[in-house]
Amino acid sequence: MEEIKLTIDGREVTAQSGQTVFQAAAAAGIHIPALCFHEQLEPYGGCRVCSVEVVTGSRSKVVASCVYPASNGLVVNTNTEKIRHIRKVLIELLLTKAPASKPIRDLAEEYGADAARFSHDASFCVLCGLCVRYCTEVKKANALCFISRGTQREVTFVPEIASRECEKCQQCFDICPTNFIRANFEMAKALTFGTEE
Amino acid sequence: MPRLNTPAELETLRKKLVKNQSASRPCITVCCGTGCRALGSVKLVDAFRAELAKQGLESSVDIKETGCHGFCEKGSVVVIYPQNICYFHVKPEDAADVVAKTIKTGELVDHLLYKDPASGEKLVYHQDIPFYKYQERTVLGDNEHINPQNIEDYIQRGGYSALVKALFQMTPESVLEEVDTANLRGRGGDGFPAGKKWRTTRDAPDPVKYVLVNCDEGDPGAFMDRSIMEGNPHCVLEGLAIGAFAVGAKEGYIYVRAEYPLAVENLYAAIRQAEEYGLLGKNILGSGFDFIVKVHEGAGAFVSGESSALMTAIEGRVGEPRPKYIRTAIKGLWDKPSNLNNVETWANVPHIINKGAEWFRSIGTEGSKGTKIFALVGKVNNTGLVEVPMGTTLRDIIFKIGGGLRDGKKIKAVQTGGPSGGCIPENLLDSPVDYDVLSKLGSMVGSGGLIIMDEETCMVDIARYFINFLSDESCGKCLPCREGLRQLVEILTRITEGKGTMADMDTLEDLSGVMSEACLCALGQQAPNPLLTTLKYFRHEYIDHIKNKHCEAGVCKALLTFYIDPDKCKACMICARNCPTDAIKGGKGLIHTIEQDKCIKCGACLDTCPAKFYAVRKISGIPIPDNVPSEPIPLNRKAE
Repeated sequence: MEEIKLTIDGREVTAQSGQTVFQAAAAAGIHIPALCFHEQLEPYGGCRVCSVEVVTGSRSKVVASCVYPASNGLVVNTNTEKIRHIRKVLIELLLTKAPASKPIRDLAEEYGADAARFSHDASFCVLCGLCVRYCTEVKKANALCFISRGTQREVTFVPEIASRECEKCQQCFDICPTNFIRANFEMAKALTFGTEE
Repeated sequence: MPRLNTPAELETLRKKLVKNQSASRPCITVCCGTGCRALGSVKLVDAFRAELAKQGLESSVDIKETGCHGFCEKGSVVVIYPQNICYFHVKPEDAADVVAKTIKTGELVDHLLYKDPASGEKLVYHQDIPFYKYQERTVLGDNEHINPQNIEDYIQRGGYSALVKALFQMTPESVLEEVDTANLRGRGGDGFPAGKKWRTTRDAPDPVKYVLVNCDEGDPGAFMDRSIMEGNPHCVLEGLAIGAFAVGAKEGYIYVRAEYPLAVENLYAAIRQAEEYGLLGKNILGSGFDFIVKVHEGAGAFVSGESSALMTAIEGRVGEPRPKYIRTAIKGLWDKPSNLNNVETWANVPHIINKGAEWFRSIGTEGSKGTKIFALVGKVNNTGLVEVPMGTTLRDIIFKIGGGLRDGKKIKAVQTGGPSGGCIPENLLDSPVDYDVLSKLGSMVGSGGLIIMDEETCMVDIARYFINFLSDESCGKCLPCREGLRQLVEILTRITEGKGTMADMDTLEDLSGVMSEACLCALGQQAPNPLLTTLKYFRHEYIDHIKNKHCEAGVCKALLTFYIDPDKCKACMICARNCPTDAIKGGKGLIHTIEQDKCIKCGACLDTCPAKFYAVRKISGIPIPDNVPSEPIPLNRKAE
């Protein structure tokens, strides 16, 4: 692996080629907030809370640091006013779905997000996909999946697999930022698994 | 047909086909594109066949079912060769007349001719009809001559000669150079230079490369790609093969919407025939170049038109975009370098190779070369597909080709570029269609949708419509697109219901700004465009809805009130009988009144009140006049 140098928030940082900006920053002790990131999982780029600015010449663009490859000479700003504003609005959107979630409330406090700005439609799931991806990539059980698209998107248990596998595993419960997957499981168990018998 | 093994054999076949078609032999061509099919053109073809047989002409007159002619408004469209006589709105029952008069004696069938709405003059020939006269039909032109199910029609008109030229007289590098010099820009959305994209794929180190066609056209009101794929699929295949040769691909994929059944059918037929003739497959025409094409039928997702989502879908997974910080041209389908272009882009390639980059560059503007096909729809007289040189003004397209607005209405705006495009107001209609000009105005050329809107269009409602469409079509993977669009729809709906606040305007703008920066793919990043352009050019309408509860176009139902003018009502009961909610009270000799609680504002009363009475009124933002009674009163009270 090749060693590369990039600048994050004005600091020169050493990273390995193949790393993402998020990983390079983390290795250098620079914290970038994220919701859908998990060390054991392929980066997803869904929550966009890890957005940062990448500067080339006089231009800058906003990218998701969890999927953006670090490269030699790259200049990254993780905490500009613009980035803080983007995160604030994203967190405000998250609050509409899961207003009581501890990680989201912590982020809201840090970024001064206004919980009352958007109308609430609490589904308690923020569709970060951690549970689905963990079940697929780490457990290789495929007991969870997304259904529908857009605003109708939901996480659901695949009854045939979940009724067999999930009771003994439950590892996704701990990585869910809103605790919804636990409730979702209990509901699926009560309503769906029973009918399978 | 035996396989063609050399360019000479193709040339011999072409000469034979040209020779066999006598220039003086009559031919009835019937448009069998989707629009005309819906109007019964398949039955019309049968009627012509039966009629020719009946009148003993089946062996001396040809019938040809062609692709879309573009003038869908006037279907079924029929052109009689060799004279080039155009007939419109042709129905099966007209077949007898056409054969008996035009075919036998050369006499014209008057009621099928085009009538110029301005002068009332009847126009006979293709080249005289304004809709066609002002177009430059480079890509679409062959549609009206070719039966898309017959490869020999395409070959006869010079088809596959560009592929021969590329394979035998050029190198992959010189083909690429030609397309690059021509400055062909992508016809599907952003207008990215095709040559540059091709080169990226060609230069990518992986030896396995793919070329792909994007036929996932899903914009409301757009059917450019559909008409090419249905009407002339071989020109797309030929362009694709040339592209494959240039970038070094041996396999191509065509992503086509399953909702375009005719395009799918004609495409499969075209591939099968091209393989039979040796124009696709192994060792094409003895050149040593192998190229196969596979078809992927889409599963109904607008977002699959986005390049990475399209490739994910072809791989057999859910069509969701993935981060593209490494371009798909380098790492695309199955992580291999993949060059994706839109149907119309590929269809331009054979023309560029045949006629040269300089010819292509001679058409259009500084930054946008060649012609562009637009789907001209909405409140315009001549709806259909039009192909014009880049740089033509919007006004010329709408008024010269489109024949102006229906019912003499005034134009308010034109929506360009599909749902991710924007609305351009009347005072900017002299802008040329050019990638850079339209994007400066906040809109885009996009895939080429042009929706014409008149004064009866509410721009807040239009923004709501497009944002709602995109919200339905968002894949839901990334937060700002999924939840941002949900909130935008909610706020816009609130404003159209008269419940908006001025703070909502700031929220709309702020959220749009965040979405355009932070969304994962172009669908989300460009989604705010219809909103931002209407906010920019029609801000007063938003304010009017919020502050005055007034919708000037009379569209937003919550802000409308219907009432019956007691001085005009003749108590005829027509409106009452047509009211679906029985909201109209009254009876014989009693002036009618509308019970506002029951009224659903459907406008049936307004539409059915006899024009001579003109008693029903639609108002917005103002109270019902004091003289309108709340209960029915005797008709003669007016006289008192």
